[in-house]
Amino acid sequence: MRTALLALEDGRVFPGEAYGATGQAVGEAVFATGMTGYQETLTDPSYRAQVLVMTAPHIGNTGINDEDCESTRMWPAGLVVRDPARRPSSWRSRGSLDAALAREGVVGIAGVDTRAVTRHLRQRGVMRAGISSGGADVDTLLAVVRSAPPMAGADLSAEVTTTRCYVVPAIGRRLASVAAIDFGLKASTPALLARRGIEVHVLPAWTGVDEIAARGVDGVVCSNGPGDPAAASAAVALVRQILERRWPCLGICFGHQVLGRALGFATYKLPFGHRGLNCPVQDLASGAVEVSAHNHGFALDAPVGRAVSTAYGRAEVTHVCLNDGVVEGIALRNEGGEVLAFGVQYHPEAAAGPHDSEHLFDRFASMVVQAAAADGGR
Amino acid sequence: MGGAEMPRRADLASVLVIGSGPITIGQACEFDYSGTQACRALRQEGLRVVLVNSNPATIMTDPELADATYVEPITAEFVEQVIAKERPDALLATLGGQTALNTALALHGAGVLEKYGVELIGANVEAIVAGEDREAFKQVVRSLPEHWGAHVADSVVCRSLPECLDAAAVLGFPVVVRPSFTLGGTGSGLARGPDDLRAIAGAGLAASPTGQVLLEESIAGWKEYELEVMRDRADNVVVVCSIENVDPMGVHTGDSVTVAPAMTLTDREYQQLRDIALGVIRAVGVDTGGCNIQFAVHPFDGRVVVVEMNPRVSRSSALASKATGFPIAKIAAKVAIGYTLDEIRNDVTGQTPACFEPTLDYVVVKVPRFAFEKFPGADTTLTTHMKSVGEVMAIGRNFAEALQKALRSLEQVEAVFDWAQPVADKTTLLQRASIPHDGRLRTVMDAIRAGAAVEELTAATAIDPWFCDQLVALDEVAKLVVSASELSPELLRTAKRSGFSDAQLAGLRRLPEDVVRGVRHALGVRPVFKTVDTCAAEFAASTPYHYSSYDDETEVAPRERPAVIILGSGPNRIGQGIEFDYSCVHASQSLAEAGYETVMVNCNPETVSTDYDVSGRLYFEPLTLEDVLEVVHAERAAGPLAGVVVQLGGQTSLGLAARLVDEGVRVVGTSPQAINVAEDRGAFGRLLASAGLPAPRHGLASSAAEATRVAAEIGYPVLVRPSYVLGGAGMEIVCDDEALRAYLDQHLTRGSAAHAVLVDRFLDDAVEIDVDAIFDGEQLFVGGVMEHIEEAGVHSGDSACVLPPITLGREDLERVTAATTTLAERIGVRGLLNVQYALTGDVVYVLEANPRASRTVPFVSKATGVPLAKAAARVMLGERIADLRRDGLLPARGDGASMPPGTPVAVKQAVLPFQRFRTLDGKTVDSVLGPQMRSTGEVMGIDAGFGAAFAKSQTAAYGGLPTGGRVFVSVANRDKRSMIFPVKRLADLGFEISATSGTATVLARNGVMARVVPKLSEARSRAGEATVVARILAGEIDLVINTPHGATSGGRPRADGYEIRTAAIQRNIPCITTVQGLAAAVQGIEALRRDGLGVRSLQEWSSEVGR
Ligand SMILES: Nc1ncnc2c1ncn2[C@@H]1O[C@H](COP(=O)(O)OP(=O)(O)O)[C@@H](O)[C@H]1O
Ligand SMILES: Nc1ncnc2c1ncn2[C@@H]1O[C@H](COP(=O)(O)OP(=O)(O)O)[C@@H](O)[C@H]1O
Ligand SMILES: [Mg+2]
Ligand SMILES: [Mg+2]
Repeated sequence: MRTALLALEDGRVFPGEAYGATGQAVGEAVFATGMTGYQETLTDPSYRAQVLVMTAPHIGNTGINDEDCESTRMWPAGLVVRDPARRPSSWRSRGSLDAALAREGVVGIAGVDTRAVTRHLRQRGVMRAGISSGGADVDTLLAVVRSAPPMAGADLSAEVTTTRCYVVPAIGRRLASVAAIDFGLKASTPALLARRGIEVHVLPAWTGVDEIAARGVDGVVCSNGPGDPAAASAAVALVRQILERRWPCLGICFGHQVLGRALGFATYKLPFGHRGLNCPVQDLASGAVEVSAHNHGFALDAPVGRAVSTAYGRAEVTHVCLNDGVVEGIALRNEGGEVLAFGVQYHPEAAAGPHDSEHLFDRFASMVVQAAAADGGR
Repeated sequence: MGGAEMPRRADLASVLVIGSGPITIGQACEFDYSGTQACRALRQEGLRVVLVNSNPATIMTDPELADATYVEPITAEFVEQVIAKERPDALLATLGGQTALNTALALHGAGVLEKYGVELIGANVEAIVAGEDREAFKQVVRSLPEHWGAHVADSVVCRSLPECLDAAAVLGFPVVVRPSFTLGGTGSGLARGPDDLRAIAGAGLAASPTGQVLLEESIAGWKEYELEVMRDRADNVVVVCSIENVDPMGVHTGDSVTVAPAMTLTDREYQQLRDIALGVIRAVGVDTGGCNIQFAVHPFDGRVVVVEMNPRVSRSSALASKATGFPIAKIAAKVAIGYTLDEIRNDVTGQTPACFEPTLDYVVVKVPRFAFEKFPGADTTLTTHMKSVGEVMAIGRNFAEALQKALRSLEQVEAVFDWAQPVADKTTLLQRASIPHDGRLRTVMDAIRAGAAVEELTAATAIDPWFCDQLVALDEVAKLVVSASELSPELLRTAKRSGFSDAQLAGLRRLPEDVVRGVRHALGVRPVFKTVDTCAAEFAASTPYHYSSYDDETEVAPRERPAVIILGSGPNRIGQGIEFDYSCVHASQSLAEAGYETVMVNCNPETVSTDYDVSGRLYFEPLTLEDVLEVVHAERAAGPLAGVVVQLGGQTSLGLAARLVDEGVRVVGTSPQAINVAEDRGAFGRLLASAGLPAPRHGLASSAAEATRVAAEIGYPVLVRPSYVLGGAGMEIVCDDEALRAYLDQHLTRGSAAHAVLVDRFLDDAVEIDVDAIFDGEQLFVGGVMEHIEEAGVHSGDSACVLPPITLGREDLERVTAATTTLAERIGVRGLLNVQYALTGDVVYVLEANPRASRTVPFVSKATGVPLAKAAARVMLGERIADLRRDGLLPARGDGASMPPGTPVAVKQAVLPFQRFRTLDGKTVDSVLGPQMRSTGEVMGIDAGFGAAFAKSQTAAYGGLPTGGRVFVSVANRDKRSMIFPVKRLADLGFEISATSGTATVLARNGVMARVVPKLSEARSRAGEATVVARILAGEIDLVINTPHGATSGGRPRADGYEIRTAAIQRNIPCITTVQGLAAAVQGIEALRRDGLGVRSLQEWSSEVGR
């Protein structure tokens, strides 16, 4: 049982045992409170460059299977857990998480008082951290941690986006097509659209508006992804052009923040973010509450209860988080009040998490299908 | 309608809440917990709360919890009277278990709700039916969207035995029998063949209020899960908790070891269950409130079967509330009166709303507690019909820790994993493990020690490999501990993180426990205390609800105010149940009022005491010396500690007293030495002698020879029992040497002086008297004097009793009071004292004195309106009775020995679980009462006169006495004289009397013509005639009077009586087994016939008496 260290930027150190890949990993320490879905979470590109602390004590119980990955690889720099499973148990399991982490080079540490780490991050805010199971001493590890780049100001899209375009075909009859700008796209998003008869063209983060136009799509999805939206000026520029073309647009998480910035709102860093599967989000129009999956460290700074007129139409906040009032959804409407674009800070595609918000894909699908009809379905 | 503006319903001014009545198997104090939360929540909303509950030992029936508290039978008839009188706007029936739900349906069916314009809130009739009617429910499940993959097990509804047999032929054995509208699996079971089916389905058809059962294909062995779901009127739905059963399908969830959260589901499968759960609660139409949905998941392909839903708060809801910190009952009450979840605050964080799904950063394990030893001959196999009498819950940072804590919380030596005992061979153990039984995990562990691999274990038990592997890991740690050269800090930490107790480590290292603890403390290996906060530390928690774990950071906050630690009573078991929790809760309340920080330690999730807002701090911990010492250590570090209260938690806390003092802990109230004097019957005998108080002649014996000598000395019949018992465990009346030897063979085997037996002269025909009192060192306050209805010899916990006493004269009472004072002084009581006396001729014998809260404290408090436990707690911390009289906690003058005129008569009736237990051949176990306590709960009947009070108690306990019809009498010779007059009276009242020959002859001589019915044993001789048993089973008898012929011995009663009594139980008709009971019943019947029975609230009674 090889020992390992978790060192936080502010000098707090937690001992533990090596888990997954051995070596050294540095990133932003964040905690996720979901009790299920570690496989989906680890394969979510939004966790790029982060040291992920799992508050659920037992991790790895159901192993790793062939169906539940949200992308082609695991993204976190490091993983911190309390009690890794010695042996997975699930009829779908194809192997242990431990082995998968090693394979993917995710440096882990186990046996840590993850609740203590979580409380520390909650009280002091997220911070850089490092894991070492390579036998490095505390001081060298801390030195590395403190010299690592901070998350604020980081533009990470290029590191996670697909490099080649590919198409996810519609399931059943093809009703319309959309482009999905991959800032760190989770596989469930195109899958859920495809199930609604929408063909999805997944394009790299640096795609230009003309390329999108060339594909003759009926709408655009700006995906979730890692990094600081304040640093994503290229993406913001792209979204502005998309809005100018009046293409129906859906922004998810990072994509929602970019949409917000395109509409002129600012973004800011949350003290410890929202990462979990149990977050109550209220639809301000209906009063209905959805229990939703979250994974964001930044948020939009937009006025609640007051529409703002922008170059593209009237923008307003549509959803807020009931825990802390953070803006969770915005919509852009034309003079007639029709929704042209909308964004949600949380994850309607869930995976992992509850399906309460899946209906947002129905809403977006009908928007693009209408657009397709309007264009006489090019 | 933005959620934020939605107000609570303004059209409701008063709500009727129905409780769940007596504690029975399948319906325990979890419903007191939920009812109490509901009443509090409703009153906070300014609603007038009217409550009906026949169980006096509940917190919810405390007068301050409702505006009108009716301790009356929970039947449609009585509840209708309450409705007619109180005219509530609404009825909330989803918090009182199946009893309340079924009563609500009955009231609806009888048109009562409509007649008085009472709205059913929480769940409407349609929803209740759709949820509870098994067939209707299957339709709901079938109606869900195809792609959700929600299946139901194949089944056929049957209304008769023949229908059942045909159905089984189609479904193929084994089949599962599942009655509708029952809980705890009443009347259900797994039938392997036609004979099983006849036995089980017969009972099932009888048990189901609708007379129908469902025969279902067996899916035993599938993984079993439960989801606790909450919905509001704006259609917001949240899943509060997921629970996984370690014991797969086939073992009732109530009897299964369960874990929260689910351990072996991927997010994909969990979300599938969640989608189905939300769909089900919407389709069934439980528009506001909580419900519980059970699932079966196929271990190899994940197919999902929806097992059932309970459209109400359930046992699992209580567990889920304690497991998550989300107060389901309280919130269910609030949404029922119109709040939406987003309008309700999460008390734990104080800042976030209740409209969210709790997330756990710990593991919770629940383990059931059984009482088979009390029911000799009962079939101990676990099946679809619940048999456990209580449960414990434990919290740890991983499964192993939580499981081991839970097992030691059971307070059963044989329950904890033990590596000292040799094990049988693997095949035998695997075979044994394949049949579900109490302590099955222990068998699995033994199999592991015998070399069984995870695959073999899963093959044998269908327990998920992940759980089996967790046990294998424990075995590996144990071996590590054994083989290590020394107890290093690393090793101790590893073992502790797997939940090993100091005692277990001591066993593994062959060291005394305190040595292990000494080493551990010296090495600084101590637990930290984490917090249950509903959110995995994402938000700060304001409620100090703690559990121990071997981790780095503790969360116990420092404090100024002096703290008092109250030790609870652990798992419910026969002899120690809700009554003790009641006293603990009251102590906590009154000590908080007195300015102390109260700290509760308990491990029973069903209780009010483990609600996080009952005490200043809650430690959800096992009640073992080790765990309690660590809590004491943590609280000492946090601030001043005034002491520990051990008198209220029954034998559990009492048993710790001496060792706590040895460890330098201050125990308040009666000192452990004093307790010892009273508990050690030898020492107690000497005390009585020196005080000149008469006691039955007795002696102590630790060998067979000694015992027979003592018995010869004092003369038969004698009463034998092990020393240090509660609930008369292992107590028996023996009439001769042979019976005595038989008894000793059973009970002396464990040898050792600790297991010496006491031999008492058994007092025949004595009136038993129970006294509860408080003593402050100078003054005695008599709480109440209870006269038992059955003669001494029937355990005080099982016999009915009446307060104030009905046949005792002034001087009897004076003598009892004087004796009690003397005892209190001599023992050195500070706080509560319970004494049992037996009165024969005019000698008052002392049977026993318990310097602790007794089972009867809540009954006395309810009957007299004096909060005994609250007062006692203050006395334990030094206040005087005089002070308390001044403060108004005790009445200014007078006490229970001199009740004011106009005081109502209260009758306590025990409720016995015989229905639940069947012998291997499907018969119920015997119902004769004896010195062994076997009741699970009690009810109270209160009225102006004894007859009416008694009749109410009978109605509340089992449905009631007949006012006419056929009586069957068969009594032992010794009872023949005393039964003549009561039976004559019944004949005069128009009852048709039938009797066995002997009894009939005696009656005839006294001018009562009784039809002679042959006994079983005579049946052969008189061909053609139906025997008693046949007639009872045929429903031709309305009341059975049968006193046992001769003493029962070793639970082996005389055949005839047994057959008769069990037949009565099967038909569920009253069966009176003592002549005193008969006399009381006659008075009850007269009261019923004279003028029916009215209802009156406790508040009305006390204003009447002018307390
Ligand atoms: N078809 C079945 N095959 C095997 N076991 C079953 C089946 N249906 C129910 N059970 C078992 O019986 C138990 C009790 O059934 P349930 O419907 O929950 O009754 P109750 O209303 O008493 O809880 C369940 O916990 C489950 O373990
Ligand atoms: N000497 C006796 N003669 C007759 N009955 C007795 C005698 N001693 C005890 N009993 C009966 O046995 C019951 C249990 O005895 P008790 O001492 O109260 O044990 P426990 O500690 O379990 O309450 C009593 O309630 C009483 O009915
Ligand atoms: Mg049920
Ligand atoms: Mg059930």
